[in-house]
Amino acid sequence: MQPLESAASGRDLDITLSGSWTAPHARVLEPLVEAAVREARGRGVRLDMHAVTEIDTFGACLLERLARGSSPGIETQAFGVPERMRGLLAEVGRVGREAQPLPPKKKSSFAGIESIGRATVDAGRDLVVFVEMLGELSDALLRVLRDPRRLRPISIVYQLDRVGLQAIPIIFLITFLIGGIISQQGIFHFRRFGAGDYAVDLVGILVLREIGVLIVAIMVAGRSGSSYTAELGSMKMREEIDALYTMGLDPVEVLLLPRVVALICALPALTFFGSISALFGGGLVEWLYGGMSPAIYVERLKDAVSVTHFEVGIIKAPFMALVIGIVACSEGLRVKGSAESLGLQTTTSVVKSIFLVVVLDGLFAMFFAGIGM
Amino acid sequence: MNAEPLISVRDLVVGFADQIVLDHLSLDVHRGEILGLVGASGGGKSVLLRSIIGLLAKQDGKISLFSIDRDTATQETTRSIERRWGVLFQQGALFSSLNTRQNVEFPMREYLRLSEKLREEVALIKLGMVGISSEDTGKFPAELSGGMTKRAALARALALDPELVFLDEPTSGLDPIAAGDFDALIQTLQQTLGLTVFMVTHDLDSLYAVCDRIAVLVGGKIIVQGPIETILACEHPWVKAYFRGKRTRETTRTLGQTTH
Ligand SMILES: Nc1ncnc2c1ncn2[C@@H]1O[C@H](COP(=O)(O)OP(=O)(O)O)[C@@H](O)[C@H]1O
Ligand SMILES: [Mg+2]
Repeated sequence: MQPLESAASGRDLDITLSGSWTAPHARVLEPLVEAAVREARGRGVRLDMHAVTEIDTFGACLLERLARGSSPGIETQAFGVPERMRGLLAEVGRVGREAQPLPPKKKSSFAGIESIGRATVDAGRDLVVFVEMLGELSDALLRVLRDPRRLRPISIVYQLDRVGLQAIPIIFLITFLIGGIISQQGIFHFRRFGAGDYAVDLVGILVLREIGVLIVAIMVAGRSGSSYTAELGSMKMREEIDALYTMGLDPVEVLLLPRVVALICALPALTFFGSISALFGGGLVEWLYGGMSPAIYVERLKDAVSVTHFEVGIIKAPFMALVIGIVACSEGLRVKGSAESLGLQTTTSVVKSIFLVVVLDGLFAMFFAGIGM
Repeated sequence: MNAEPLISVRDLVVGFADQIVLDHLSLDVHRGEILGLVGASGGGKSVLLRSIIGLLAKQDGKISLFSIDRDTATQETTRSIERRWGVLFQQGALFSSLNTRQNVEFPMREYLRLSEKLREEVALIKLGMVGISSEDTGKFPAELSGGMTKRAALARALALDPELVFLDEPTSGLDPIAAGDFDALIQTLQQTLGLTVFMVTHDLDSLYAVCDRIAVLVGGKIIVQGPIETILACEHPWVKAYFRGKRTRETTRTLGQTTH
């Protein structure tokens, strides 16, 4: 016997239900209910439920659909309802009557164009947010400078330790390897036209002017920028930032300023150490692979590079730090209530700050070429 | 009540580092009843609840649910009993990246093979049962008030039509009217769905109004359990202070008048 059997009697429809009307059977039951609803359209329905052995909310929901969907205006009569099921059916019926169906999701046929438009607006808004944050930070900095007791040295030193000191080993390692790789490539390709020794110039100029600061900035964006965003984001989620406001404290001054200041101090130092380490890497490869003794390497390096090259590199570091800090903090403050948005903003923060660091580097290259440095 | 209890805890010992929280605790919960657990804040009520559902490791003792002892059961058996209960955590623990309706649909999606339409329909019915209006079902947990969070979490706990629900302070932080509604709701659900309820609560009104039995946790042990009359007759100083303290005298007096 089917769990739902219908028979027409005159103008009415007799529906006999039996068996288990529970969640595990819902896949079988639902099509039967749908068919019965179609069959019952415009007719009175009598539901015989005495053979139903068990029912849960899922079954009750299907029965509710049957009772409501079949014939608007015409009462569905149910009889033989076992005593213990009455409460559930009544409850589901009550809630079902009150609940409005969800509004259909709006679908736009211009979804693609819409998203392009939104992205453009968002990009514009990003710029505004960036400038706003820069302003707020400068404002906080001025306030702190006017009243140096409000400077938070402990906080700054703590952040310096995290973004500076603790980053040194990994920065040393990566820049050392990159210096070695550049040197090896230079030797290998320059040798073919007998200019193997010029690999030293390549390493020296490239590392000091571009690669040193770029690699370090990218590492710091991934390492410290992301952690700034995640920290501030989770503080935002748990209303800690609101708590600061209500105590009359400015989160920009308490949380953001020490972080950004620490980054601005740490990045030039890291760039310096990173560049030195890259030159060491380059020298080691020159010695082992190129057969150039360390003394000659240092001599050639002295000829090839000047302080200007070093200045060009190191001057960019604080600006890159500022960009990383502003992006990381403003993305952190944009986190909404959900774990997903925390992850999203952290990713955005890293991607955006790396992109901006590279763009900034390009602008600086044009600037230095223009003034002939 | 001579049938085998749904939850049986024997000589349970649970602790952290150098602190013993539950010390040889024994407790039974019978099918179809609402058991209220009371005890001091920080007394280990949440720890007891978490040990029963298996989130905390026990140091000693025996816990069986649905007559199955997790220590000896196979993994499939354990999993099969896990979907027969629902848990309302103290903080709600709604998934923050899903909206209210998706939170309720989530366990159904994992465990049941349902059409999308039915799943949505049942989720709306469950949310309606706990008193969340259809406009609010699209909101995300961060946009809900405290009371709505508890209601939504209850709806999620009930998503699979469990036989047993664990509620950790369901009415704390609600206004008395909302708390009263919540009590009524739990009672209705218990009657219509035949639920067994294990409820941690500090709300004396809930204890009087809906609990069939009350267990009192003091010093890591259940010192007294039984219907409210038994608890009120208990002479233990903590119990006396809890149920007959200044703050609670009003409620007790009202009860005295209605029962005599
Ligand atoms: N994860 C944990 N680690 C260490 N101690 C805990 C942990 N969870 C709870 N405790 C301790 O166990 C005791 C009981 O806590 P709990 O069960 O949450 O109290 P309550 O009865 O208010 O729910 C408290 O002293 C608490 O500090
Ligand atoms: Mg607790």
